[in-house]
Amino acid sequence: MPTAIEFFKLLPKTNCKDCGQPTCLAFAMLLANQKAKIDDCPHISKDSKDALEESSAPPIRTVVLGKGSEVRMGGETVLHRHERGFINPTAYAVTVSDKENIRNRIETIKKLRFERVGMVFETDMVSVRCDSGDPKVFRDAVVLVMELWEKPFALECCASVLESALSAASSRRPLIYHANTENFDDMVALSKKYSCPLVLRDPNMGSLAGLADKAKAMGVDDIVLDTGAANLKECVEKHTIARRAAIKKRFKQFGYPLMNRVGSGEYAVAIAAVSTMKYGSLVIFDDLKSYEALPLFTLRQNIYTDPQVPIQVKQGLYPIGEPNEHSPIFFTANFSLTYFTVRADIEKSKIPVWLQIVDTEGLSVLTAYSAGKFNPEHVAKALNDSGVLSKSDGIVVIPGLVARMSSKLRELLDREVIIGTTESRDIPKFLKNLKPPR
Amino acid sequence: MDGGEGASCAEHASADMSDTMKIPDVSEKYPGKIGEIVLGKGDYIAGGSDGMPLLSFENTCKRRMMIAGEVVDDLTDYPELAASMFNGRQKDPVEWSLMWKSIGADMICLRLKGTDPDKGKTTEYASELVERIADATQLPVIVYGCGIPEVDDNLMKEISNSVKNRRLVLAKADEEGHKTISSAAIAGKHALIAFSNLDLNLAKQMNIVLTDFGVQRSDILMDPLMAPLGMGLDYSYSVNERIRLAALSGDKMLQIPMICDATGAWDVGDAVNDDDADLGDVVNRVTWWETMTAMAAMASGADIVIMRGPGAADMILGYADELRCD
Repeated sequence: MPTAIEFFKLLPKTNCKDCGQPTCLAFAMLLANQKAKIDDCPHISKDSKDALEESSAPPIRTVVLGKGSEVRMGGETVLHRHERGFINPTAYAVTVSDKENIRNRIETIKKLRFERVGMVFETDMVSVRCDSGDPKVFRDAVVLVMELWEKPFALECCASVLESALSAASSRRPLIYHANTENFDDMVALSKKYSCPLVLRDPNMGSLAGLADKAKAMGVDDIVLDTGAANLKECVEKHTIARRAAIKKRFKQFGYPLMNRVGSGEYAVAIAAVSTMKYGSLVIFDDLKSYEALPLFTLRQNIYTDPQVPIQVKQGLYPIGEPNEHSPIFFTANFSLTYFTVRADIEKSKIPVWLQIVDTEGLSVLTAYSAGKFNPEHVAKALNDSGVLSKSDGIVVIPGLVARMSSKLRELLDREVIIGTTESRDIPKFLKNLKPPR
Repeated sequence: MDGGEGASCAEHASADMSDTMKIPDVSEKYPGKIGEIVLGKGDYIAGGSDGMPLLSFENTCKRRMMIAGEVVDDLTDYPELAASMFNGRQKDPVEWSLMWKSIGADMICLRLKGTDPDKGKTTEYASELVERIADATQLPVIVYGCGIPEVDDNLMKEISNSVKNRRLVLAKADEEGHKTISSAAIAGKHALIAFSNLDLNLAKQMNIVLTDFGVQRSDILMDPLMAPLGMGLDYSYSVNERIRLAALSGDKMLQIPMICDATGAWDVGDAVNDDDADLGDVVNRVTWWETMTAMAAMASGADIVIMRGPGAADMILGYADELRCD
């Protein structure tokens, strides 16, 4: 982000007040704090505006695929997630060949769908691949995919066959995969003609930068880079080199999203996992199985959470196992780590429990208690609101760390309240020793 | 890793595109370096990195992350699914350790769950078991107690006294207790795990407390708690990265090799639940769950990782080998 002085230098310096500010300097200071837009100045020259937009853009360009349903790639500003967090999560695409039964294939890909902690994980994209070599077959395949698949997609095809399908698909803004030294001019021409983002692929980092430089000069803005990483080591190192060069050295040729084209099976998933941790914006698979997809989607969720916001679970009642009208009632804070830990430990006991999550603004049990966000009144209200007290006449178990609220809570709830364990890991033992529900 | 171009798609070569650009040098020279810890009979060394993990262009230390295979002396609370992966050899901890060695583990991580008074295994039995495993495998052994502080204190004292001429890793010193186990480690010239709970400052504090007590820095492994995939991995990933960055930037009290326990993956419902066919085969799923947890540990700075599943250990061994900074 440019400083106020850098902004000021590019403004007309007339203090005309048309932007609503008393002086150009005041306006420049608002710009530097992202509290005003460049467009608010009606007199700024086009050259200045372009210069400002370029210098205030994130070091990694945001490339958007699809229409309606979009995949956003890039827009990143940091090298480590703890600095500010990563912005646009890695997208995963699965291949559809123009030589297979497309309906069945899309059906199968759509089944790759999971729900986890209230979030839905699905395949983000498909990649329609030309295996036929026939422009008509490929075009028909793409048209059918567009009918069956609402989300973004990529077109994997050589330059000589691509145009017919691309002309039919361009309104959906597909990703063109890929240009290299051999087909460069043709692919760039197609990308420009149909305004679709283009992947540049070269296993040599120097020539990849050369391709990016040239494509940009020829007028392609939406570029995605494939470093041709053939293994884990290349994936980590090439992605790190590209990202550090873009962010720390402002090396513009690498200021684009990175992607990997992998096959399927164990090693492909391992590369995808490394790419997800290390700056990859897209991985295209030949195929992906559910036992590979669920851990991979979960990894992405973890890496791309905002590190500045404690992750919270919604206040509510979470039945574990199949609790009945006598099952014990546990409650705890809504800090997600607390929830996951307590839940896992209850599950371990194999004893059904009603778990009430109380909104503590993402704070853990003890912190929330000290901050006054986890008091008996608050807990009693949550238990009443969720209706758990009418679902079960079981005893209420207090987290051991806040044993002090037991008598007050007993009074408020008018039912048996006992003190649970201080450590979550002791819950299974505690539950097993609890006398069975009447 | 094929580009995926259709075979029948003929490319016609266009203009010569030999113009390559010079890429800026992005390797970092850090003022700090991670210390080394000597394990076993002096034949195993962990730590020593002078750059961020997995980057051969800046990390001149060519050591790969070590893998410790988990063994327990009492299977009561051990997952049946994991037990089923060891062909019955898990019933004898020594046999089980030998199996880990044949898988390729660099260390054994022994958890003496049976010393819980409810289970009744004696400290003499435990000491003898540690010795037998060390002798049979010739691998360095990490020793955990049963998790009850008073019992473990006594156990560590006993093991340190009776297991001579073997350098063990005693686990673990934490905020709640470090004196007895530290004394035991110092007396027996053993190494020690310093545990902290997902916090850079606590990790540093533990190292300061231990060194103030008289433990040498070269005898400490720090465990900043590896939260598993889907259960807080994001926190661990960033805490580890921050620890490693601070250490390389010169914070001496964080220049201590890091050990991460990936077995927590087995506590995650989505990894081990077997009642939803849509989630896919559970053996493969939990194997990936643990492998990805270990990969995240490795990418964020782990020098040693503790593994439970043999399949996951095999995979992470292969990846770690490939990703050593050769």
